[in-house]
Amino acid sequence: MALSLKLNGRTHQVEAEPGTPLLWVIRDELKLTGTKFGCGVAACGACTVHLDGQPVRSCQTYVEDAEGAEITTIEGLDSKVSKAVQDAWVELDVVQCGYCQSGQIMSAVGLLSENPKPTVEEIDDYMNSNACRCATYQRIRAAIQRASEMMEA
Amino acid sequence: MTLNTSRRGFLESAAAAAAVLYVGVRPDGALAAGAAPAQLNPFVKIDADGTVTAIVKHFEKGQGPATGLTTLIAEELGVSMEDIQYEFAPSDPSRYANLAFGQMQGTGGSTAMANSFMQYRQAGAAAREMLIKAAAEAWGADATELTLEDGVIKGAGQEAPLAEFVAATAQMEAPAEPRLKDPSEFRLIGNASVKRKDSLPKTNGTAMYAMDLHLPNQMVAVIIRTPRMGGLASGFDDAGAKAVKGYIRAAVLPNQAGVAVYAEDTWAAFQARDAITVDWDFSNAESRSSDQIREELLAAVNAEPEYNVTGADHAATTEQIEGAAQVVEQTFYFPLLAHAPMEPLTCTIEADADGGVTLHDGCQFPTGPHMALAQIFQLPMEKVRINTMFAGGSFGRRATPTADYQVEAALAFALTDRTRPVKLVWSREDDITGGYYRPAVAHRVRVGLDAAGNITGWDHRIAAQSILKGTAFESMMVHGGVDHSSVEGVADTPYRIPGQFTGLTDVAKATSVLWWRSVGHTHTAYVMEVMMDEAARAAGRDPVDFRLTLLEGGGDDQQRLAGVLILAADKGGWGSAPEGRSQGIAVHKSFGSYVAELVEISGNADGGVKIEKVTCAVDCGIAVNPDVIKAQMEGGIGYGLGHAMRNVITLTGGEVDQFNFPDYEPLRIGDIGAIEVHIVPSAEMPTGVGEPGTPPSAPALANAIAVNGPRVTALPMNLNGVSFA
Ligand code: FES
Ligand code: FES
Repeated sequence: MALSLKLNGRTHQVEAEPGTPLLWVIRDELKLTGTKFGCGVAACGACTVHLDGQPVRSCQTYVEDAEGAEITTIEGLDSKVSKAVQDAWVELDVVQCGYCQSGQIMSAVGLLSENPKPTVEEIDDYMNSNACRCATYQRIRAAIQRASEMMEA
Repeated sequence: MTLNTSRRGFLESAAAAAAVLYVGVRPDGALAAGAAPAQLNPFVKIDADGTVTAIVKHFEKGQGPATGLTTLIAEELGVSMEDIQYEFAPSDPSRYANLAFGQMQGTGGSTAMANSFMQYRQAGAAAREMLIKAAAEAWGADATELTLEDGVIKGAGQEAPLAEFVAATAQMEAPAEPRLKDPSEFRLIGNASVKRKDSLPKTNGTAMYAMDLHLPNQMVAVIIRTPRMGGLASGFDDAGAKAVKGYIRAAVLPNQAGVAVYAEDTWAAFQARDAITVDWDFSNAESRSSDQIREELLAAVNAEPEYNVTGADHAATTEQIEGAAQVVEQTFYFPLLAHAPMEPLTCTIEADADGGVTLHDGCQFPTGPHMALAQIFQLPMEKVRINTMFAGGSFGRRATPTADYQVEAALAFALTDRTRPVKLVWSREDDITGGYYRPAVAHRVRVGLDAAGNITGWDHRIAAQSILKGTAFESMMVHGGVDHSSVEGVADTPYRIPGQFTGLTDVAKATSVLWWRSVGHTHTAYVMEVMMDEAARAAGRDPVDFRLTLLEGGGDDQQRLAGVLILAADKGGWGSAPEGRSQGIAVHKSFGSYVAELVEISGNADGGVKIEKVTCAVDCGIAVNPDVIKAQMEGGIGYGLGHAMRNVITLTGGEVDQFNFPDYEPLRIGDIGAIEVHIVPSAEMPTGVGEPGTPPSAPALANAIAVNGPRVTALPMNLNGVSFA
C-alpha cells in the first residue's frame, strides 16, 4: 500500500505491505542505515527511532502506525539535547564496534529530553533495554551525565 | 636489513600526474617506498597535497586498530592525529600477512598491535626521513638541522608544510633503518588524550557496516539452515512464500547445508523464509542433547586422560597428592556459548566487469574467504576482491576456519545468473542457533597441600571439544594430538606449581565450535583462579599472598603477573571491603598480556548478587593508546561477566534451544556498577588487549560469591545456585 511518512522533517511517499516493520522501510526503502537491525524482537534497542519525540523500537512498529507521526532517526537528530549527547559521546570515546550506538543515542536523547538531570539509577533504568555487546555501558552512563552537564551550560 | 626500493614501481608510475609517496615493506620484510603501491605493501600513503593516510591491515570490530596503527604512523612521521586519516588494506595475503599467522592475513589472538608496532613505526619514520631529505636538498640545508612536527618541516631558517616535498621523494630510496623515536620522545604513543578515529561516524549514523550496504539491483538472500549438525536439505515447498511480495525464489544449496531464499529486500526474505518448509535428511545428523554431552565430558575428566600435555610424571603427581595432608578437589563444567556480535553476520557478493567477484564484508580473516571464493568461482586470487567494511563486533565469530558465512553467500550467488549482487543476511535467530560456539568443556582438578599449606601436587584434567582439529589451522596449533587452545592457561601457567600434571581428552563435537573471545582462557582462567582460592582457603592463607608465593623467585613472567595482582589489590582496596560487600580476585596471563581483576559485590547468592565495582590492572607492554586499552578492558570484563552470569546454549535432540536475545540475555547497563582500569607503565613490546580482559572476570566474581555463598563450579551462575539482583 502507498503510505506517506514524515521523516526527519521531510515527507516521503513509500510503498509497503501492511505489517512491515518501520525499521525495514527506513533501512531498505529509504536507505537510511544509521538505524540498525539487531534482534527484530524489541530486545536490543539497536533500531530505536523517535515517533513524535518518543523513543520506540522500529522493528516492532508497523509502518502504517507511524503514518502521521514525526519520525526522527539518528540522521535527523537536531536539537540542543541531541547535540549535547553526540558531543559527549565523542568526547568520552564511548563507541567500540559502534553498531548499537545509534540506538543508544536515540534512547539517551529520549531520556534527557524528559529528565535533564537523571540519577545513575534513572540512567540504568531507562537505558536497560539498549544492549551493547561490546559492553560500553560505563561510558554510556558517563556520557549521559556529561551531556546533562553540557545542556546546563 | 638490506636497502630496497621499488625503483621499477616508481618508473612505471612516474608519469602519473599527481605525485604520491607510499612507504611500507616488501614481501621480504625490508622497508620500501615508491610512487605506486604495486611493488610493496604500503602502510602509509602521502598524497601530493600532503594528505596522510595510514593503511590499516587489521579490521576494525571495535577493538581499535584504526586508531592504534594510525597513531604509530603519526608519531614517527610527525603529524597530528587530526591530520591523518585511515583506510582498510585490500585483501592480499602476500602483502599483509599477520606475522603471527604465517601467510594468513587476519586479526585475532589480540595480535594487531604486537604485529604492527615496529612495522608501522618504521614506515612512518622512513617517510619522515625521506621528506626531510627532500627539504634539505631543496633548501641546501643539512638534514640533521631539520625537524618534522605537526606536518611542518622546519629548520635552517626555513619552514614549509610536508606537502611541498612529496613530489621530490619520488626519486628516493627508502632508508633501510630509519631512526625511531626513543620512548621519551613519544607525543602520541601512550598519550591518554588521543581520541579514537572512528567515534564521529559511529555517533552520527554514517559509519558503513556490511549490513548497511545497498548495491543497485541487489537481492537479499537468507538461508534455511539445518537445525541439527549434519542434516541435509533434499527439497522444499515454497507455495506459501509465493504470496509474499518481493519473494523471488528459493534453491537448495549445492552442499545441501540449507536452502537459499532470495527476495527483493530483507523483510520480504524473512517473510518468505517463514513460509517455506524444507525436507531434511537427518540420517547422519547429530541427535545428542547437551545433557548427554555434559555426561560424556564429565566421564572423560574422571578417566585416564588421552594426552599428557606437558610430559609430566603423572604417577609422581598422584603420589604427591595421595600423601598430602589435605586434598582439595573440584569438577567444573562450561557450556556452549554463542558470540552474538551486535551486527548479525552479513556480506554481499557482486560480479565485476572483468569476470571476477567482489566480496563486501566486515572481514576478520580476509585470506580464508579470499581463497574459498577463488575456489568456488574458479578464479585466480587477483580476481577476487574484498572490500573490508566496519564490523559490528565479532568476538571471534567472524573468523571461522571454514569462512562459513562468506561461503554461504558465494554458494547463494553462484546459484543465480550473477547479474544481481547478492546480499546474505543473518537474523539474530540464525546467529544464536547457527553453531560455531565456544566449545563445552569439563575440568577436574585435585590439589594436594602439605601441613604448612604448601602445594605438593596439582592434577589437572581437561576434556574438551577441539576447536582446531580438522580445520585449516590444525597443523599450526595442534601438536602431538594436543590442541593447544584446549589447555592454554593451564599447561603454560606462570604459577610455579610443584608437581603439576595437565591431561587432555578430546570429546566429539555435537555442533560446530569456534574460538570465542580469549579462546581456551575462557575456561582455563576460571578453573585455575577458582582452585587458587580453594587451595588458599584450605591452607588458611590470604588468596593474594597465596598466589604471590607461587610467583616468588620467578622471572619476568612471574614478576609481571605479580605486578598486576598487587596493583589491582592495592587500587581495589583488597581486604577492606565496605560493610555488606564481598571481594574476589583473579589474575591471568593471555595473549602476552597480564591482567588482574578485583570484583566487589553486594548481596549474596540467595538474595541476589549485585556487581558493584570491578578494579582491573593490566600490563600489556607499551600502552600505545591508553584509552583504547581501558575501553577494551571494560568491554572484555563485561563480556566475561555477562556470559558467566546467565548465558548458555543447550541442545535437545541435536537442536539448539535458544533463539534470540530474550533467551540469550545480554549483559545490561545495570549489571555492573563501575569499572576502573589501571595500566602498568612498561617499556616492553605491546601485547594484545582485545581478549585478555575477559579471562579473570568470571573467576573473580565466583571468588567474591564464594566468600559468603556457594562455590560455583558450573556455568552459567544463574542456573547453578546464584541469583542476581
Ligand atoms: S532490532 Fe529492534 S530492538 Fe533489536
Ligand atoms: S559498541 Fe559494539 S555493540 Fe555497542
